[in-house]
Amino acid sequence: MADAKVIPFDDDRSRGGSAQRPSRRRGQGARRGGEPGAVREVRALPVREAAQDDAFAAGGEQPSQQPGGPAWDGGLEQRIANGLAFLRRRLTGDYEVDDFGYDAELTEQVLMSLLRPLYEKYFRVDVKGIENIPAQGGALIVANHSGTLPLDALMMQVAVHDHHPADRHLRLLAADLVFVLPVINELARKLGHTLACTEDAERLLGQGELVGVMPEGFKGIGKPFSERYKLQRFGRGGFVSTALRQGVPIIPCSIVGAEEIYPMIGNAKTLARLLGFPYFPLTPTFPWLGPLGMIPLPTKWTIQFGEPIPTDGHPPEAAEDPMLMFNLTDQVREQIQHTLYKLLVQRRSVFF
Amino acid sequence: MLVTGAARRLAGRFVRRIQRDPQVDRVVAVDAVRPEHHLGGADFVQVDIRQPAIARVLAETSADTVVHLDVTGIALGGGSRAAVKETNVIGTMQLLGACQKSPSVKRLVVKSSTNVYGSAPRDPAVFTETTPPKSLPSGGFAKDMVEVEGYVRGFARRRPDVAVCVLRFANILGPSADTPLASYFSLPVLPTVFGYDPRLQFVHEDDVIEVLRIASQEPRRGTLNSGTFNIAGDGVLLLSQCSRRLGRPTVPLLLPAVTWAGSLMRTLGVTDFSPEQIRLLTHGRVVATDQMRDVLGFEPAYTTAETFAEFARSRGPGLLPPETVAGVIDRAAALAQRGSGQVTTPSPTQSVD
Repeated sequence: MADAKVIPFDDDRSRGGSAQRPSRRRGQGARRGGEPGAVREVRALPVREAAQDDAFAAGGEQPSQQPGGPAWDGGLEQRIANGLAFLRRRLTGDYEVDDFGYDAELTEQVLMSLLRPLYEKYFRVDVKGIENIPAQGGALIVANHSGTLPLDALMMQVAVHDHHPADRHLRLLAADLVFVLPVINELARKLGHTLACTEDAERLLGQGELVGVMPEGFKGIGKPFSERYKLQRFGRGGFVSTALRQGVPIIPCSIVGAEEIYPMIGNAKTLARLLGFPYFPLTPTFPWLGPLGMIPLPTKWTIQFGEPIPTDGHPPEAAEDPMLMFNLTDQVREQIQHTLYKLLVQRRSVFF
Repeated sequence: MLVTGAARRLAGRFVRRIQRDPQVDRVVAVDAVRPEHHLGGADFVQVDIRQPAIARVLAETSADTVVHLDVTGIALGGGSRAAVKETNVIGTMQLLGACQKSPSVKRLVVKSSTNVYGSAPRDPAVFTETTPPKSLPSGGFAKDMVEVEGYVRGFARRRPDVAVCVLRFANILGPSADTPLASYFSLPVLPTVFGYDPRLQFVHEDDVIEVLRIASQEPRRGTLNSGTFNIAGDGVLLLSQCSRRLGRPTVPLLLPAVTWAGSLMRTLGVTDFSPEQIRLLTHGRVVATDQMRDVLGFEPAYTTAETFAEFARSRGPGLLPPETVAGVIDRAAALAQRGSGQVTTPSPTQSVD
């Protein structure tokens, strides 16, 4: 197989990868392997890339692996073997998905490695307060939403996946529009996302999953650039009653940097209505430059997970108390807004 | 015990199975046409449940349990859709009317389907028995089911002394299944909707028989068998997984094209590929089975994956059998192993599982 192509990656990985981020446990080399878009699903043609991707990812999992040079000596064929085993499982359909359609293997081996370059190289995300996410049991992460396209949610997912010591996987709640669009809905389901509704959220939290929600919804993600970092209304606060009913903590999360990736200076409402979208963004580059205008600005991001707000102190019937719900919602909102301001003050510049 | 729809193979199996139970004295099988399969020692009465004659049959046999299985998506022997609808809806109304007048009826079991939840992108990922559907099916079998369940609920209100059990089955598969989904999976090349990978759940025929048996008898200790229950095997399979496990390649088509092709094929009478079937194969459907376990006390013997494996075995290999694909990759693995073995020292562990 394409040895010439494999060796430089590996070399690259052993030089920098493990030294830079000791907390990363999986997919060390894979993040450099994939070209976005080349491997969406493992089918006939992009097979070799996927296999290599996986070869590295699977290789990185082995505890005996050393960061130094001699590691690849026996590791390469093992990786190829692992890659082919992965390919074999994919092509024969011998893998598992959960009730929500979450394909752990595909997410781990392929989709995460596609998102990782964006996360590490492009937005250079800084993660703070990862220790606020419990190592086990359900928890609801509530974050601000911005950036015209929901890249912030995906980056949050990568942040939790790559940095959390207990290898937790974030299950995001997505807008219904996501599940209407072809391809997008398929990928979202395989990434473990599901529809933002009480039933799904409660089911996931009840299974002890880590659930991520962005209660601002379209109001947050589609707000004009002039209103950046101003939190919008948090829906009806349904997320609080969900967390309360399940007795899981709420973890506020503030994301800085996503607001500037597509500065939305206008909104073509008629066009949006025509296409059935909640908004149609006009940025300094989109749609004027065509597809080129879709490239986000390379801002520097910070994701801060805040102190958990416990909800198990309230009796279950408190979920029906609108006053308490409003208060808790406001508390979460205030905390996120406050952290946002703090992070903004600390930020040196938008891009560095 | 009175069983309707006995000319169907599944109902026939149920009739044969239930006679072996000691609590069951006599089984009366009813259908409008004579079944091709034998019904064991059951008495067959040829009566159309759309006719009031069913009330006479019920009165004469003084059955205490009625198992209504004559609600189906496709007609037996190529009847029209209108006839199927009439049997489903009018037949159920007649049967329920007959049950209401009969003092002997103590138990009613109705075979329903998870089709009643519809299938829409705005639905929650997992349906429970109480989830209201976001978009009610506008026609076809699913709408029949919704109406049938409505009449059954009305009957349960009017006759509170009768234990009513509605079983909502996921897609039934098995070696002898003759459902639209089974015929879909028998196509040499599976047309799919581009950009969607629906989640599917299956239930094995054996489990269907078993759960019908549980529902039609006195509940065991600690269980309750009246109410509405989702019946499905554990786990979920994606359509892409199904096609790979079957070894049948897929042809992704754009959604409008699929809808159009579906209606064309229906018009030509090639297959009965209904709009709700297309919706299912677009958005998928998964139901929660906690009620089935905790209240009804039923544990399916087959998971979704096992049901599908069983089905795949009965259908024979497709164009790209998984074994062949696996073999090709194994050969490639061996080749790679040898190739890299020349560069480095050959590794003793050549395990490609």
